[in-house]
Amino acid sequence: MENDKRKITKVREEKAAWEERYKDFQKVDVDLTTVSGMEVPPLSTPCDLDGSNYLRDLGFPGSYPFTRGIYDSMYHGKLWTMRQFAGFGTPRDTNKRFKFLLEQGQTGLSTAFDMPTLMGYDCDHERAKGEVGKEGVSVSSLADMEALFDGISLDKVSTSMTINCTAIIILAMYLVVAEKQGVRWDRLDGTTQNDMLKEFIAQREWICPPRPSVKIVVDVIEFCSKYVPKWHPVSISGYHIREAGSTAVQELAFTVADGIGYVRECIERGLQVDEFGPNLSFFFNVHNDFLEEVAKFRAARRMWANIMRDRLGAENPKSWMLKTHAQTAGCSLTAQQPLNNIVRVTIQALAAVLGGTQSLHTNSMDETLSLPTEEAVTVALRTQQIIGEESGVINSIDPLGGSYLIEDLTNRIETEAHDYIRRIDELGGIIEAIDKGFPQKEIADSSYRYQQRLDNGDKVIVGVNRHTVEDETPFPTLRIDEEVAGSQMDGLREVKRRRNKRAVQQHLKSITKAAKSGENLMPYIIDAVRDYATLGEISDVFREVFGIYRDPAYY
Amino acid sequence: MEDDRRVRILIGKAGLDGHDRGAKIVARALRDAGYEVVYTGLHLTPEMIVETAIQEDVDVLGLSILSGAHNYLFPEITRLLKEMGADDIVVFGGGIIPRDDIPGLINNGVKAIFQPGTPTGEIIDWVKDNIKPRDL
Repeated sequence: MENDKRKITKVREEKAAWEERYKDFQKVDVDLTTVSGMEVPPLSTPCDLDGSNYLRDLGFPGSYPFTRGIYDSMYHGKLWTMRQFAGFGTPRDTNKRFKFLLEQGQTGLSTAFDMPTLMGYDCDHERAKGEVGKEGVSVSSLADMEALFDGISLDKVSTSMTINCTAIIILAMYLVVAEKQGVRWDRLDGTTQNDMLKEFIAQREWICPPRPSVKIVVDVIEFCSKYVPKWHPVSISGYHIREAGSTAVQELAFTVADGIGYVRECIERGLQVDEFGPNLSFFFNVHNDFLEEVAKFRAARRMWANIMRDRLGAENPKSWMLKTHAQTAGCSLTAQQPLNNIVRVTIQALAAVLGGTQSLHTNSMDETLSLPTEEAVTVALRTQQIIGEESGVINSIDPLGGSYLIEDLTNRIETEAHDYIRRIDELGGIIEAIDKGFPQKEIADSSYRYQQRLDNGDKVIVGVNRHTVEDETPFPTLRIDEEVAGSQMDGLREVKRRRNKRAVQQHLKSITKAAKSGENLMPYIIDAVRDYATLGEISDVFREVFGIYRDPAYY
Repeated sequence: MEDDRRVRILIGKAGLDGHDRGAKIVARALRDAGYEVVYTGLHLTPEMIVETAIQEDVDVLGLSILSGAHNYLFPEITRLLKEMGADDIVVFGGGIIPRDDIPGLINNGVKAIFQPGTPTGEIIDWVKDNIKPRDL
């Protein structure tokens, strides 16, 4: 101990001497901050980690606090799941893309739905005009989900679905598709995003106000914990928080705060934390600032383990593990010189892997121009395969662990995120904080500050504010067939003509009654979609019983 | 009397698209540049946008669309403005809009489209050079 202290003192002295020499040559225009504006020291040394304790702060992979990874063998047991997000046009179009991706060696499916589906409108609704099949696949009834997963055995794939305010309806349809394939619900593996808190904070697709929205989220968690035990009913998402312009610390803090919010609501419902804790999963962004991102993932695991064990009372180590999906940062891609995006995606994907992610989506180079072409998607998937199978970075677990800078950044990100959590606690929890606009305003401020730093050239984006070219050659983009809306509407008309109208009306009445009484809605919705009640009809019940949320428009 | 009032701007999000980072940054940059800015918030129909633009007496309407629905929403809004006799309100926009779609939008009465990566200063300068207060 005495010896250690002497060593640190000695390092400190020598560092001071080095700093003098360094200053002589330091250029004034070097910006030593991360993309989030966090200060980075020009050189890290053991002095930055004074007071750290290996077993307490890092430990071993697979053991508390999981800083170095959640599994004992990490990628030596199983490589991360390569999961490319896909969805456009009709369910048949997307089904074809799914099969293409599976043939290319992808190991999990990830579904993007179009805006009307995300917002609870059928394809024939006035508000769906111009949007059907554009930003994802269009689903109005069980018939569409049957076409979407046609020829794909639901017990052979794990399926992630990016769906939030209508997640309960889409999951109900998925369960009925499984039933029709003869697949038992306890064999289903996958994730519904179903994270409404971050919708109000960042992604901004909603039907009802925060409280009833969270109640429906908890319905799904409760139902899955009993009947779909392998399913991840919620993916607590920082991705969209970051895309909306937050810093890395805010992304982490607001995501963990959302997680605490759901756990508290579930406990309030009467669930035991260890009944659903192991099935909570997370979803983080990976931005350009490589070292900051690696540190963020490590800090996230340590924070969640600590909060679940010591604050929320989880006893099962599986509840302490922060399992996460990661996606490269859409907002970091440029419309200028799109091929450069391949390089950005590679750097980001590498950060996610060295950060220890469980699954990964790599963005395609053309996503600031349109939905990706098949060629662009293939390059994005190959990027992951090169990292995983060619580069050798997976040979040693958490290979950056122990770097003075990485450990220092991990500590600082965790401390700053805890400060935010404390402020949210003081406001009464995350729902109250959202009601007061706290995370929304913090993110808007960060986003504006970052834009100012871009505009004045403090931060560089190659091809945008430095190394630009005039007159770029046009880039091939994917066009969505304008016929999609028409063919979807024809399909829906046919479904409505054939179904048992009286049964549908009866189901909608039952859902209304259950919504008013506060019962779990899931069983009623499953029965309704089985008889082809539509997503829009069920969402109308939500609108009628729970009301519609209006955006307070903070900027 | 010479109308020396400040230019009023409506920044709008039409359709179901929730991507509002760009719209909010542009609204704030224009406000900081001294303009009077109203931001609509999300999920408005073309009718609601046009109604707000007229009620708020704006001179210019900036629309942000990242959902792929631009070829429907822009023309619908310029059509409604004309129908209401308010087509002296200048319309511009930005978002994920393929370059090939821009000429069609311009033909439909959209004055300018800004693509991703545009510095806010460029939009402010464009407003300065192109927008005068309307005769009300």
